[in-house]
Amino acid sequence: MKLTGPMSISENMRKMMFTRRSMLLNGAQLGIAGLLAARMGWIAIAENEQWQLLAESNRVQLSLIPPRRGWIVDRSGQPLAMNRSDFRVDLIPDQLREPDRVIAALTDLLDLSEEEVTRIREDLDAASGYQPVQVAAGLEWEQFAAVNVRLPELPGVSPLQGFARYYPTGAAVGHLAGYVGTPNREEYLASGKNPLFLFPGFQVGKDGLEKTLEPALRGEPGARRAEVTARGDLVRELETREDHPGETVRLTIDAGLQEFAARRLGDESGACVVLDCRTGDVLAMPSMPSFDPNSFSDGISHAEWNMLSADERVPLRNKSLLGMYPPGSTFKPMTGLAALANGVDPAETVFCPGGYRLGNRFFRCLGRHGTMNLHTAIARSCNTYFYTMARRVGIDAIAEVSRAMGLGEEYPLPVPNQNYGTVPDSRWVVRRHNREWTDADTLNTAIGQGYLLTTPLQLAVMSARIASGRTVLPRLVREAVPPPPVPGIDPAHIELIRAGMDEVVNGAGTAPRARLPLDDIRLGGKTGTAQVVNLSSGRGGMGVPWKYRDHGLFVCFAPVEQPRYACAVVVEHGMSGGRAASPVASDSLLYLFDRDQAVEKLAALEEGWGGDIRRRMAREEAVWRAAHDLPPLPSLPDVSPPPAEQAGGENGESQGEGNPPA
Amino acid sequence: MTIIGSHDSVVPRPLAELPWGPILLVLAIGGLGLAVLYSAAGGSVEPWAGNHALRFTIFLLMALFLSRLREKHWQFLAWPAFVATLIGLVGVEALGALRGGSQRWLSLGPINIQPSEIMKPVLVLALAKFYHVLPAGELRKLIAVWPPLVLIGLPCALVVIQPDLGTTVALAVGGFSVMFLAGLPLRYFIGAAIALAALVPVAFMFLLEEYQQNRVLTFLNPENDPLGTGYHITQSKIAIGSGGLFGKGYLEGTQSHLAYLPEGHTDFVFATMAEEFGLLGGVLLILGFALMIRWGFRVGQRSASNFGRLAASGLAVTIFFYVAINLMMVMGLAPVVGIPLPLVSYGGSAMMTVLICLGILMSLDRENRIRR
Repeated sequence: MKLTGPMSISENMRKMMFTRRSMLLNGAQLGIAGLLAARMGWIAIAENEQWQLLAESNRVQLSLIPPRRGWIVDRSGQPLAMNRSDFRVDLIPDQLREPDRVIAALTDLLDLSEEEVTRIREDLDAASGYQPVQVAAGLEWEQFAAVNVRLPELPGVSPLQGFARYYPTGAAVGHLAGYVGTPNREEYLASGKNPLFLFPGFQVGKDGLEKTLEPALRGEPGARRAEVTARGDLVRELETREDHPGETVRLTIDAGLQEFAARRLGDESGACVVLDCRTGDVLAMPSMPSFDPNSFSDGISHAEWNMLSADERVPLRNKSLLGMYPPGSTFKPMTGLAALANGVDPAETVFCPGGYRLGNRFFRCLGRHGTMNLHTAIARSCNTYFYTMARRVGIDAIAEVSRAMGLGEEYPLPVPNQNYGTVPDSRWVVRRHNREWTDADTLNTAIGQGYLLTTPLQLAVMSARIASGRTVLPRLVREAVPPPPVPGIDPAHIELIRAGMDEVVNGAGTAPRARLPLDDIRLGGKTGTAQVVNLSSGRGGMGVPWKYRDHGLFVCFAPVEQPRYACAVVVEHGMSGGRAASPVASDSLLYLFDRDQAVEKLAALEEGWGGDIRRRMAREEAVWRAAHDLPPLPSLPDVSPPPAEQAGGENGESQGEGNPPA
Repeated sequence: MTIIGSHDSVVPRPLAELPWGPILLVLAIGGLGLAVLYSAAGGSVEPWAGNHALRFTIFLLMALFLSRLREKHWQFLAWPAFVATLIGLVGVEALGALRGGSQRWLSLGPINIQPSEIMKPVLVLALAKFYHVLPAGELRKLIAVWPPLVLIGLPCALVVIQPDLGTTVALAVGGFSVMFLAGLPLRYFIGAAIALAALVPVAFMFLLEEYQQNRVLTFLNPENDPLGTGYHITQSKIAIGSGGLFGKGYLEGTQSHLAYLPEGHTDFVFATMAEEFGLLGGVLLILGFALMIRWGFRVGQRSASNFGRLAASGLAVTIFFYVAINLMMVMGLAPVVGIPLPLVSYGGSAMMTVLICLGILMSLDRENRIRR
């Protein structure tokens, strides 16, 4: 034992080596155990917040309750835009696995037309992720139920019972109300990726008041928090926050008048603006022809869009705000006011020999009026008188008065777009056309031609300011601020102009057809006929193509003694203000004073035109579709919206709206 | 001894002789597993906790029975057991080929036996026996290297074609640990490590199945595949991380109860536990396993024979490998390989293997005490 042989040394060495290595190995293992504990500490303590958040977002599913959109109502509370319960079906691109099979199945179930299928496919291509694509809205219960029953075999299809926007008067409020639609990608991104924008059936305002009043109309979404399993099964509801519906926005509009004026424009292309000239309340502002916001909000088909785009009467443009027209003779009160403001005696006479000579050019008048003063010049619309006075006071005086009376101005209105128009003066032409102002420019401007451009709304504001002498600003949403007097304008001067405009309608003037069929209320106005192009043949009347014919304009107010309402009507290519525009304005104001009589007159007229707006639009669409080899749409159900409540019978005497000479 | 015995006559002698330390440790860990499985089933004995308790009892009794054997029995059994298990592995392969498809089980009446699991302790015993009979002087010779390599290589080859990568690696790690502890020159191991490092990319490209490659790739970058294999790792980290220091409370885990955590009762049972018991529970469990493995090594270090030393340490390494790989996996430190957490995860195979290992360890421990 003392002397160890090589064998036993080796055995001892072996045991020592084992002990060393065994301790090394066990030490390494303990190290790994420590490492694991440290790693766990890192995850559970240092990163705890992050993982807790993720665990919570696993556990809790947040689902939105979309807010109900606020109504848009007229001044008396009658709805212009409302919600009605709706069954709809959408596609969620991210969940859609076999688009072809699913669309084919839906086509079968919902009886979709080829155009709609094309639209859905295009929308699908443009959409991304969870942005829903509308398949159909306004479905019957049976169709909706059929989709629901087959839902398990249709992944990516989302049927929903919700609310759809409904515009009871349809096309009459098209431009005013605008329309709503599913948010597009840009709107979604602009909203800061608001999850509400991805909710199937959620719609935002796309145009008109729906767009500008969006913040008020939208409301606040509610939320439902629920505990769900990984498979999506509901475990329990945690809490629910109710949605706050959007506000009801009350407008200044008179729904009845809005619809009446729209219908009274008939098949003409034009606009009519009626203001309360004491407050600036816009009572009606239709632009015709129009589009049906109901079909826009449902997702418009290509064919319908194409038809509207191709129409030379531009149904997609809101002419009351965006249409720019030379005011023609409706501008003469401005020239008159400028003359009075610069010391012209209203009794001073000018002899009209049928025109006015400036150098070697002869500026024509509409006739040989003979001796004219301010009053008769307005009544007979004598160019010569205003040429003379304009040359005397100069363009800048006219421009100053025009601006004071509201032309060339954009108003603080909740509309997506309005045009300034143009009120030219000596500086403007230098700036814009880089040339000196000439007397010829002054003469053209004096009678509302040349560079002068106005919108129907501006003309209505001008009339309202003439009627009230106050700085009337138009407004669409109700509030109560009485406007101050127009600065720099002598009320006595406006009184003179009003007297002239009274004469236009009720005396020896150019618009006898605008006379109100009432004993105690008179209407004062001014006609205008604006050249669209300079025709070698002279005036653009019946002998030239529609789009070259003169525009017909009319501005007016009533009652003359104590003006309450002001109105401006532009009928594109209506050939003359007295013939085309003044009856529309007159009837619209008549509606405000004697509704029954106005409605009776309209009923007789519409009979001649072939039905109300909806019926005529449907017929136009049918003709257009036939011409473009498209299958006919299902025929219109035989119900028309009630024509402004107490529609008169058939026996209303026709006012004979034929085609009398201008 | 007799004096103490006479004073403590209240406790019967065989019971007093039992190694109560490790047994209590096993009971604690197994009991925790029971509690976690009860919670994972949403607070129910069905379907897991009841079965788990039954198996645990059976296998623990079996381990206590094994602890009554002497070292000489193990030495005697080492070779025949190895051959028998190897035949079992071949049988499994043959059966799989016959039935068309991969096969890991052998059905023996009411119980299914997985030879690859049995092989883990058996291989350790066989290698320990080999080095036990090898004279110390031969340790630097080739004879000390190639037979063990064959002993390790045969079962590894049979298991890897099943294919079961996790078990293959476990077998290899157990085997090489015994070789290392037996006293082979260090340079062999350093050389092998270098060769392995060079071979890993090649093996990855040519030996691994596509799903195995994906698991490795996902492990390296779990965010690449948040809904596939990466989902497991991410959800597991959410469960552990959201538990915090003290956990969400027993039966309050949301990840497991709402089924966000996949395999919350098997491979990812640690995450289920950590969500409810927090870092505290996790550290205690790790500590428990560390004590158990340390005890295994102590048994080896106290053994009088080469066989006892190598077998005890090799078995401890086998248990360690289970625990370490499983924990690394659930904490996102290793790829998702199907290795359960012994005694805690639901499932019989791993529990059986580990309790066999513990049974042999207790037997060797008893041998040490008898000899003293």
